[in-house]
Amino acid sequence: MSIFEYAPAPESRDIVDIKPSYGLFVNGEWTDGKGEAFKTINPATEETLAEVACATDADVDAAVAAARAAYDKVWGPMPGRERAKYLYRIARIIQERGRELAVLESLDNGKPIRESRDVDIPLVAAHFFYYAGWADKLGYAGLGPNPRPLGVAGQVIPWNFPLLMLAWKIAPALACGNTVVLKPAETTPLTALLFAEICRQADLPPGVVNILTGAGETGAALVNHPDVNKVAFTGSTEVGRRIAESVAGTRKKLTLELGGKAANIVFDDAAIDQAVEGVVNGIFFNQGHVCCAGSRLLLQESVAEDFLARLRRRMGTLRVGDPLDKNTDVGAINSAEQLERIRALSEIGEAEGGERYTAPCELPERGFWFAPTIFTGVSQSHRIAREEIFGPVLSVLTFRTPEEAVAKANNTPYGLSAGVWTEKGSRILWMADRLRAGVVWANTFNKFDPTSPFGGYKESGYGREGGRHGLEAYLDV
Amino acid sequence: MSDEAKRLAVRKTYKLYVGGKFPRSESGRSYQVTGSDGAVLANASRASRKDVRDAVVAARKAQPGWAGATAYLRGQILYRVAEMLEGRRAQFADEVRTAEGGTRKAAEAAVDAAVDRWVWYAGWADKIPQVLGGGNPVAGPYFNLSSPEPTGVVGVLAPQDSSLLGLVSVIAPAIATGNTTVVVAASERPLPAVTLGEVLATSDLPGGVVNLLTGHVAELAPHLASHADVNGVDLTGVDDDELARSLEVAAAGNLKRVLRRAENDWTAEPGIKRLRAWTEIKTVWHPAAG
Repeated sequence: MSIFEYAPAPESRDIVDIKPSYGLFVNGEWTDGKGEAFKTINPATEETLAEVACATDADVDAAVAAARAAYDKVWGPMPGRERAKYLYRIARIIQERGRELAVLESLDNGKPIRESRDVDIPLVAAHFFYYAGWADKLGYAGLGPNPRPLGVAGQVIPWNFPLLMLAWKIAPALACGNTVVLKPAETTPLTALLFAEICRQADLPPGVVNILTGAGETGAALVNHPDVNKVAFTGSTEVGRRIAESVAGTRKKLTLELGGKAANIVFDDAAIDQAVEGVVNGIFFNQGHVCCAGSRLLLQESVAEDFLARLRRRMGTLRVGDPLDKNTDVGAINSAEQLERIRALSEIGEAEGGERYTAPCELPERGFWFAPTIFTGVSQSHRIAREEIFGPVLSVLTFRTPEEAVAKANNTPYGLSAGVWTEKGSRILWMADRLRAGVVWANTFNKFDPTSPFGGYKESGYGREGGRHGLEAYLDV
Repeated sequence: MSDEAKRLAVRKTYKLYVGGKFPRSESGRSYQVTGSDGAVLANASRASRKDVRDAVVAARKAQPGWAGATAYLRGQILYRVAEMLEGRRAQFADEVRTAEGGTRKAAEAAVDAAVDRWVWYAGWADKIPQVLGGGNPVAGPYFNLSSPEPTGVVGVLAPQDSSLLGLVSVIAPAIATGNTTVVVAASERPLPAVTLGEVLATSDLPGGVVNLLTGHVAELAPHLASHADVNGVDLTGVDDDELARSLEVAAAGNLKRVLRRAENDWTAEPGIKRLRAWTEIKTVWHPAAG
């Protein structure tokens, strides 16, 4: 498929000053981790970006103690209107330093700068701005007459939207009067560490936000810490299940935002070209590293052939490559480990009889890359129709009737999101009513907003993030 | 001595309430239920793991229809339950007093409160969507609406102390929003629950919406908490810390929503916590375009 030649349009990385090494952010100060430091790399080039401290149990103790002291002495007693002003201040600094954050996010994560610049970072600022306003209005949230904070929140976030997930966790927690200890993902710690600098710039009292870098062990130590009152986790269903087991029998409040295997359902009366764009956005946005990705395409049989021809043509025009190039559509896979998982599941897809189509595109020699891929001839029992691949791989199934579409869409232990494409309004409402998913996009996909609650049914987790509903996770009500 | 022979009372057989019917336990087992004074009251069915599974099947089967009923209809049916219960006040007062002890007056107060609780939750059925849901002002050309939907099938371990009022207080909020339930009644005070089944069966409540099992919590609860087709579990009636912990671990298998034990004053106005606990918020985005 022909593609217009574009001259490279790289965003300058000079705006970011990455230090050679980073410590832990505890009680408003940088401290050395007691564990063995690890490197974070640019997945597009495999170059080392920085060395990052690894928090041990003792570091977790110190951070939780700092958060507890800040909760007891400063943040808990502080009037909501004052907490609000800190959060507004943070929102403003994020806006001011938006480009710097976007470049750093793309460097550490591999996502296209167009996305970090236009989606992630603006949503981060908006999230802080939104929850700032709640801090002195919690009694009006409809959750009860006297909402109280929980105390210290231990938060563990994934690598797919590093700073956005931080914002989803920290903004409501602070607005509700809690203090936090947050662990960013092992492969994407840098924007969280820059956020720690932003907290200092905002004069946020020490201990209100603590950032601990590390791997799974650090996260487990945080989640299991006896002085943590609230655990919030975004990540895989497998780890979420372990966390649910580990908080059993405690008084810790738990919210989980886990995996998904969303159906994107296209009816024969849909605006087909819009639907093609939506399907592309649904699965190739952020390299498919999206828990709510539309990873199962359900096509009504009568339009399947035409739709797939258009989809393949559109895939041929996707630009895969340098995340910092402003024309890039699909960036780098976040890690070698994730690339291996995507490859392995794709091979299983072929072995089980799925027909594979990969967009014709050149991939850079260094770094972790996976070309946009679709599988047709997929049946519901295939592993690529059941398991979350978390990459740019779409499984295509067909259906004949709306009832069959609903049955297939709901035939999954997950229930995070779904998409419906039809020009018939009553069918949208009928479908939306029957789909067992926390977010349904009708004639659109992958839209997010701080006012709009997000979260899953069934094994996609529990609790909501965003909106008035997101407050409940951080309040004793 | 009178010529008339003293009339022999007709005793009731206390059975389970599953799928709108009153079966005995498939296991054929029963256990002796004694009153607060130690006198033997009845042989209640001792439900088994298979009974739990049958009840879950019945609850799952009933769930789409109950969730799909209009909130107005659900509200009317809950109100009808209150009407039926009101008509049996004296009978329930006897049963509650026999089970829990205390004065006649206290038992009557508990029954009255249970009737009123059905009325209270009946009114919530068509209001909770407005209180928990609503439009969200997203920054873009979209109509964005959040609404609460039922979690699905909820396993309820009913409180051990309050055999009627506590029982009603945990069932009504679950079914008001469209969930269906499998309820394990108070192990030592199960008789009011069975009689409540008779009320439910005559209130236009579809069979399977509430399934009532009697038996031992420690035996039945693990099967409920680990059942893959149950979406939530209410641990209120678990008296043992270690059992509660292990049930929560079992519930994590399919990430059931768990309502932990808490201090409950069943006479106080409940608030909407239990209504919220068994709903999921669904948010739908619609583009607004000409």
